[in-house]
Amino acid sequence: MTELETPLLRDTAAAESGDVKTEEMILNMGPQHPSTHGVLRVVVRTDGEIVLDCEPHLGFLHRCFEKIAESVNYTQVTPYTDRMDYLMSMGNNLGYCVAVEKLVGEPVPDRAWHIRTIVVELDRIASHLIAIGTYGLDAGALTPFFYALRDREKILRIFEEICGQRLNYNYVRIGGVAYDLPEGVESRILEFCDYFEPKVDEWDRLLTYNGIFIKRVANVGVLPVPLAIDWGVTGPCLRGSGVKRDLRKKPGYGIYDKFDFDVPVGRGEMGTVGDCWDRYIVRVREIRESLKIIRQAVKSLPAGDHLAAWAKRRIRPPKGDAYTKIENARGELGFYIVSDGTDKPFRVKTRGPSFCNIAILPEISRGCMIADLIVIIGSIDIVVGETDR
Amino acid sequence: MDTSQVFAAIRERFGGAIVEENTTNRDPFVKVAPASLHDVMAFLRDDPRFRCDLLSLVSGVDYGDDLGVVYHAESTSLGHVVVVKADLPRAKAEVATVSDLWSAANWHEREAFDLVGITFTGHPNLVRILTAEDWVGHPLRKDYQFPTEYHGIVCEFEGIHDGTWAEHTGEQLG
Amino acid sequence: MSEPPAQVDIVTSLTGAFPALEALPTAIVYPALMLVGAVIATLFVSLFGLFAIWLERKVMAHIQCRLGPMEVGRHGWLQTLADGLKLLAKEDLIPKDADKALFILAPIISFTGAFMLYVVIPFGRDVIAADLNVGLLYLAAVGSVEVVGIIMSGWSSNSKWSLFGSMRAAAQVVSYELPLGLSLLPVILLAGSLSTRDICEAQAGWFWNWFLFANPFMPILVVIYVISSIAEVKRAPFDLPEAESELVSGFHTEYSGMRFSIFFLAEYAALFGVSAIASLAFLGGYHTGIPAIDGIGGFLGGLVGVATMIVKSLCFVFLQMWLRFTLPRIRLDQMFHVCYKVLLPFAFVALVGVAVWQSVLPDRSLWFLPR
Repeated sequence: MTELETPLLRDTAAAESGDVKTEEMILNMGPQHPSTHGVLRVVVRTDGEIVLDCEPHLGFLHRCFEKIAESVNYTQVTPYTDRMDYLMSMGNNLGYCVAVEKLVGEPVPDRAWHIRTIVVELDRIASHLIAIGTYGLDAGALTPFFYALRDREKILRIFEEICGQRLNYNYVRIGGVAYDLPEGVESRILEFCDYFEPKVDEWDRLLTYNGIFIKRVANVGVLPVPLAIDWGVTGPCLRGSGVKRDLRKKPGYGIYDKFDFDVPVGRGEMGTVGDCWDRYIVRVREIRESLKIIRQAVKSLPAGDHLAAWAKRRIRPPKGDAYTKIENARGELGFYIVSDGTDKPFRVKTRGPSFCNIAILPEISRGCMIADLIVIIGSIDIVVGETDR
Repeated sequence: MDTSQVFAAIRERFGGAIVEENTTNRDPFVKVAPASLHDVMAFLRDDPRFRCDLLSLVSGVDYGDDLGVVYHAESTSLGHVVVVKADLPRAKAEVATVSDLWSAANWHEREAFDLVGITFTGHPNLVRILTAEDWVGHPLRKDYQFPTEYHGIVCEFEGIHDGTWAEHTGEQLG
Repeated sequence: MSEPPAQVDIVTSLTGAFPALEALPTAIVYPALMLVGAVIATLFVSLFGLFAIWLERKVMAHIQCRLGPMEVGRHGWLQTLADGLKLLAKEDLIPKDADKALFILAPIISFTGAFMLYVVIPFGRDVIAADLNVGLLYLAAVGSVEVVGIIMSGWSSNSKWSLFGSMRAAAQVVSYELPLGLSLLPVILLAGSLSTRDICEAQAGWFWNWFLFANPFMPILVVIYVISSIAEVKRAPFDLPEAESELVSGFHTEYSGMRFSIFFLAEYAALFGVSAIASLAFLGGYHTGIPAIDGIGGFLGGLVGVATMIVKSLCFVFLQMWLRFTLPRIRLDQMFHVCYKVLLPFAFVALVGVAVWQSVLPDRSLWFLPR
């Protein structure tokens, strides 16, 4: 496969063809790399250790989700959504189902929404644990990752009890959830919350306020707010820059208006507002907020159906299109669905938050060192399954 | 701003360019002529009543006869979402880029070009983003033909799923 | 202190132990005994490598709330052997565009540099390969040979990532030799000699004779030495040259099989080497610190000395492993900052302090207690 000219290589070729002899190097942080969080290729132009420019290349994990969605029926699309952002599958399922429910225009039972909230928030915690664990790995701290996995294991056991799967759940379905909660799982969820809350303090002692970690991560990759909004950045990356924007606080978003929780934002405690440390601390604090939501949701779980009656028949939404967004662990996950009245979607387009977030990488990493580039990619927290779909 | 106010404001400014105003759809949208799309989007971004500073999504759709682009623009301060569409003829699917208004459109438009084959004039770097740079065809089109081979790798042939793979490619299976 | 003890080395110790050897001509005995010494040292380094890799994996595992190797042998003690055999059986890959001669030579030079440290480390009163009277100077000089091997490996691999790793390694190791050497200078002041055996002998007697307790500046110097030695052996938090999450594997990315295991062994050889230097310079070396036990002579006494030396070195080794799995990695410019702006000034101040202390209060040790 020939290397076609990209803007990065075009500039370098022009520079080298002139009389000025530059000492620049073109480095390929190839699709296989321990720290690109998946098969992401970043072509970096460096002057020694300083990064002059970088260019992310996507597509290594493109699995044609949108094309496949056009040839199966609405219910059969749900397992494919799991595989996009595989670290928060419940969220992906929810995003798709909410879009279809908007098209259909029918309500979802209250018990189903409570169960959805519980599993989505648990999955958010699991996703953030991986994010901060691997972030420690990127910075060189080998141990926090294992503590993250140890605690995430407990969440995965709960999920296995609820729906039989540990990773790609296919649990949140159009019109509710696939199965009702099994006996006794609510007490186990509350036990997990009690067990896990002090562990988050352990994280603060081990990694968050560690002097070396702060030196690596503070004042690096500062993302100013106008740049973030211009590039469509959402989620913890945007909140790390100080913008208090969380879709869960919007009226009409599920049943979240019943719950009392805060939206953490970055305040530049360790450096500049919007640096990598702020994005990291937003995720840590969001774990605590999710625990609050889970406790409230479990305690107020009503009786009722877990799946709406209309959803038990074949889903045939009326002609038209709808776009909904949900607050995923990585940002705003949007689904735009066009229906032609049949039982198969006409077009499904996903707005993956990682796809939009990774686009700012060249903007915020100019002038940093290669070690910082790794740290910045880790703080944006992408899942390549979602960037490429 | 509610839907009728949104449509009234756009109609007031761009009356002639509007092809369709749809309020019955789940997401009310306004369809404009491709030639004036850039002006409409610039108006949405800059007008103080709209202030759509966050471009959420740019989608390319193949409707079967024509192609189309759908823009979802959101205002972080005022909270509303405006949906703008444009239909493009299949033979000449071109529309002006909005990446000069919102940088977020840069990658979204590259994806629409890659998968649906819509050309965005004025785009700084319109190359394929999800498929390989030298891929032929636009996969999300309804009349897309999967290539039979790619750089010598056999991709598709009659009966690909009936177990005759090895015979067809001449591979030695152990 | 009476007149300094006679210089010993492996030849004199062995001829002392086996008088029959004196009858043979020196031309044969000398090289043969030198060879014996080298073989013993190689065996020790290999066995220590085997043990240290297992220890590291177990320490890592328990810090990370898991068990580590448990299958091969009881609690996995044979795991390293199994891994070594696997590495031996691997294909010997040399990248097509690599500089072949340098590529092959690099791990050998690296290992040699690390191995040469063992020549002057006294494992017991009469158990030393060669008691050079410039022992510490020799150690400082030889410690730099390893870097040459690393630069060669990075360059000859013909890979930008390896080049990055080796450039970082060169910068780091060369920089940290300054505080390392400076923290050992006061030891020379206190012992009055460069010979490693004399340094150990100067700490004979009760354990408060150890140089760690010699004056209030010595603990500072121990800390500086520990930090510099971690940087010298390129372990976390100073493992930028082989930063796994950034450079895949740094300077030894392109190495596989036996060549990689030589690099690996060199790392653990250097690890034990710098720990042994720490224990001989600050913790009394092969002296247990209890005169009654030190007084045991003969074979048993020698064994006790060797065991003491190894135990003390293992304490430092364990400390280095502990730090590796607790702290994140430091960045290149921060590494230079620590070296030149923090460690060096402290080392200079401590050096001057020790010199002043020696001249003003030569008979007082830490906490102003009489020696």
